[in-house]
Amino acid sequence: MNPAVLIGRALLVAGAVFLLAAPFGLSPRGLQLVTEFLTMLVLALMWNLLAGYADIVTVGQHAFVGIGAYAFFGFLVLAGFDPWLSVLLAGLVALVFSLPVMAIIFRLRAGYLAVGSWVVAETLMLAAGKLSAFGGGSGVSMPVAAVKRFGAATADRYVNVYWLAFALAALALLSTWYLMRSRIGVGLTAMRDSEEGAGAIGVNLRRARILCFLWAAPFLGIAGAIITMQKLRVAPPASFSIIDWTVYVIFIVVIGGIGSFEGPIIGTLVFFVLRELLADTGVWHLIVLGAVSIGIVLIEPKGIWGLLRRFVPGDLIPVGHSPGKRQGRA
Amino acid sequence: MLELSGLALHFGALKVLDGVELTVPQGAVVGVIGPNGAGKTTLFNVIAGVLSPSAGSIRFEGRDVGAMPVWDRCRLGIARTYQIPKPFTNMTVFENVLAAGLHGGALSMREASARAEDVLALVELDHRSSLRAGDLSLLDLKRLELAKALGSGPRLLLLDEIAGGLTDAECDTLLDIISTVRERGTTIVWIEHVIRALRRIAGTIAVLYNGTFIATGAPDEVLVDRRVKDVYLGAGQ
Repeated sequence: MNPAVLIGRALLVAGAVFLLAAPFGLSPRGLQLVTEFLTMLVLALMWNLLAGYADIVTVGQHAFVGIGAYAFFGFLVLAGFDPWLSVLLAGLVALVFSLPVMAIIFRLRAGYLAVGSWVVAETLMLAAGKLSAFGGGSGVSMPVAAVKRFGAATADRYVNVYWLAFALAALALLSTWYLMRSRIGVGLTAMRDSEEGAGAIGVNLRRARILCFLWAAPFLGIAGAIITMQKLRVAPPASFSIIDWTVYVIFIVVIGGIGSFEGPIIGTLVFFVLRELLADTGVWHLIVLGAVSIGIVLIEPKGIWGLLRRFVPGDLIPVGHSPGKRQGRA
Repeated sequence: MLELSGLALHFGALKVLDGVELTVPQGAVVGVIGPNGAGKTTLFNVIAGVLSPSAGSIRFEGRDVGAMPVWDRCRLGIARTYQIPKPFTNMTVFENVLAAGLHGGALSMREASARAEDVLALVELDHRSSLRAGDLSLLDLKRLELAKALGSGPRLLLLDEIAGGLTDAECDTLLDIISTVRERGTTIVWIEHVIRALRRIAGTIAVLYNGTFIATGAPDEVLVDRRVKDVYLGAGQ
């Protein structure tokens, strides 16, 4: 195996080991940060699947995070359901909502779809603000009793929520990897490179887009539940935050490398490093983030992974196919 | 196999296709020639399903496919190449053809792999299987374009100026490949400016001019037709 690929994979394994050990070594603050990292990674993986492969450039991703947050709050606090069941149901509700949203925005293409998805998301946020049981426009905090159902002691709760985020990110990575290795994934990769060409060789573009949209929704909804467990409250502008759950996610994917598996992982790492370094600089944090992403895209449209790929001859996470065997090409 | 009748495509007042009639029998090779802007590529886009006709019908193996999306027509057995190749640049050559077998050919991963290897050997691209498609030369891109179309196992192959821009020697290689494809029973409709290539392989030549066929017949008859010379070959002026 090529040394660059080997180093890259060793780093991935080291990252996985770090994540598995995190609950045993990190401070509560550190653990919260890694939990946040994992939820952002999930959001980035899903946006990359939609925008990077299926050409669904949505800027309304925050809608499903918010729906998941509200559904989770409703099941856990208002209905008194089991906490873990409430998390799963948050994903299910996001999936149910994705059907009518899809029916609306799939009538549009490209830039129109982007604007349409944003309008739908903002409308859903305004509707959430009308729900008096959820505190209306100003939102509501989670009652202490409900919070404690994730762990009586604060430290236990952090660990439990961390494992939840870890499981979601692992499931998102593994299942999306499996999807990309399948015949559907080969078609999606073809769509990424040439949509018209993919249609001409028989890829059902409509069905592929529908699948990706439905695939992403439950992951986004469950991420919304985890975010709510960290913030301990729901509120329309925070739960449906376009900056946090869509704009940052676009930065992450664009910086890391759109249309690749490695890109969202690299992008999420860079995002958190920059954020922690610039935490005290206020708005400069956003300006630097924007400048970095523009700079990288000007040099290499496929982001940091696109730059690295000039020296690394294979995928770190193999999704390709080779003749004669069904293994990865690297 | 393929019957076009009264086929028309209008963009406002502009009639790009206007009453196209064509019958392509099973196993035939039909060459389509015509001056630039005659509507040749548009005709392919309508047959393949990229554009919807304003009027008329497209029947493939007796079935009206006029309202079918492009991917369903590919599944039925209509494949096409693009004049400007549309490779999946960041996939390998092998994966480009694999995708066609998996989707257009509805094959399993194992069957599609075997098909891709066969097709790449046929177009003499098997030694470049694991190269990025974006790194290929023009001749190899044309071969890949053909391989992608063959990967879906088509019964009707639409070739759009696949010999254009190639040297005579390269063109001969390509003709050998296309002859093999025909011998295996694939029906071919071929748009080409390289008359020499068409003469060697096409049993019928159809001349498209201003969105309609003005002459159809054996190459030797059509190419000496007075009107064809006037509109296309520019001879006798």
